[in-house]
Amino acid sequence: MRRVAVAFLFFAALVVLWDLAVRSGRWSIVLLPSPVTVAEYLWGAALDGSLWEAAWVTLKRLLIGYVAGVIIGLPLGLLTSTSQVLEDTVGSLALGLQTLPSVCWVPLALVWFGQSEGAMLFVVIMGTVWSVIIATDHGARTIPPIYARAARTMGSEGFHKWTRVILPASLPFLVSGMKQGWAFAWRSLMAAEIYVTILTGFGLGHLLHYGRELNAMEQVIGIMIVIVLIGLLADRLLFSPWERFLHHRWGTNVKET
Amino acid sequence: MTDTAPKLIVEGVSKRFATSRAAVQALDNVSLDIAGGEFVCLIGPSGCGKSTLLDIMAGLTLPDAGRVMADGKLVQGPGRQRLVMFQESALFPWLDAFGNVMFGLKLRPDLSSAERKKIAEHFLHLVGLEKFKHAHVHELSGGMKQRVALARALAPDPQVLLMDEPFAALDALTRDQLYDDIQRIWIESRKTIVFVTHNVREAVCLGDRVVLMSPSPGRISRIFDIPLPRPRDINSPDLAGYTSQVAAALKGTLRGSVSE
Repeated sequence: MRRVAVAFLFFAALVVLWDLAVRSGRWSIVLLPSPVTVAEYLWGAALDGSLWEAAWVTLKRLLIGYVAGVIIGLPLGLLTSTSQVLEDTVGSLALGLQTLPSVCWVPLALVWFGQSEGAMLFVVIMGTVWSVIIATDHGARTIPPIYARAARTMGSEGFHKWTRVILPASLPFLVSGMKQGWAFAWRSLMAAEIYVTILTGFGLGHLLHYGRELNAMEQVIGIMIVIVLIGLLADRLLFSPWERFLHHRWGTNVKET
Repeated sequence: MTDTAPKLIVEGVSKRFATSRAAVQALDNVSLDIAGGEFVCLIGPSGCGKSTLLDIMAGLTLPDAGRVMADGKLVQGPGRQRLVMFQESALFPWLDAFGNVMFGLKLRPDLSSAERKKIAEHFLHLVGLEKFKHAHVHELSGGMKQRVALARALAPDPQVLLMDEPFAALDALTRDQLYDDIQRIWIESRKTIVFVTHNVREAVCLGDRVVLMSPSPGRISRIFDIPLPRPRDINSPDLAGYTSQVAAALKGTLRGSVSE
């Protein structure tokens, strides 16, 4: 409870500082709108439904792209961890492409898929899949070999060994890999939505983009806040429970409350 | 005390490990017969190949030359007739104590799930941990972890238990307690046990025979029979005579290896 209060005070202080900066009159309110204006915009957008619609469009793209990225990335990462040949080929490819900022996929996606949902998905998947491969591969390689040895003496081989030993043993790494994949997917999607104007749905990135076009800074800042909130919420809802469960099971990071 | 036909036959086993700098002859033409129900301790200075020999018996490592026969069959890989207990517990942290004991049982298709549960509960009880059935691995002390590991190794009913310095990382009090437990369990279950250690008292306390190995190249240098009655107390003066004999011979192997 005390921690919540401290965090609340911190953010309240930030808003107050922001408001004071606006009131000081040093910056034009066209460039730096006040917190109240931003709140008014968000309230209006929430009432007329445009905010929810955009958020829904964005989240749908994010979920589809992310799930596809994980479904492709997890098995590939497990495979590269077992074979030197795959590690030298697919593994190096993944490492190389992971360093490529996902926005760099946008021009290619536009040419290949046109201004369509396909282009969006392509960018999100490309942004996700490589980091998932690398995190999974790293995880499966870091498992203490004694687990596999113990399992072998008990007669666990092949598929059983993979599903009952390697996979659960690498769970902590898989979860951090999936979390990293999520962050990458989120970033890629925003890049794609800002650069790709498509008619099949207006996402949060588009609202951000048009906010700039219309010089509506309260919209730009308001949407940025929404994007941050969605990211935080996803972390709390999707990953925190998993991480807490794993820490509890493995006995790591005992300092939690 | 023991069956007549050897349970495990090690025949002329050699193993070399090549690293980038040097090749080590870990085992050189080692032969050893182990009878059914026998408790054999392998002892020797580090580098004498005792753990390698255990790995080869388990089938985790294959020898360069020679062979291991278990119940008259050639050992070509690990099998659940010969389960291994490692120095670290190697328990799976994603399972609780009960789940760990169940792991090997679930690989036995001949058992029903009710039978498996009954067996797992029986062995947790045998090692005195029935109250910690649902404890996570990290909640157990070092000694408790090794007890669970022992239950896990015993539960699938292997004929041979291979133990690689299983108590080396434990404190003395816990260890003394485990000497009693392992002897009690061995007397009740009549398993064949091969136990690797570098602790002379431990070897003399537990073994029907103590096999002394010498390093570079790894060979069997001497075998001691320990015909003391069971159960034995690690602190009993009866052990002292044998302990000093084995210790003296162990020192001899060290001196030999230095002068080489």
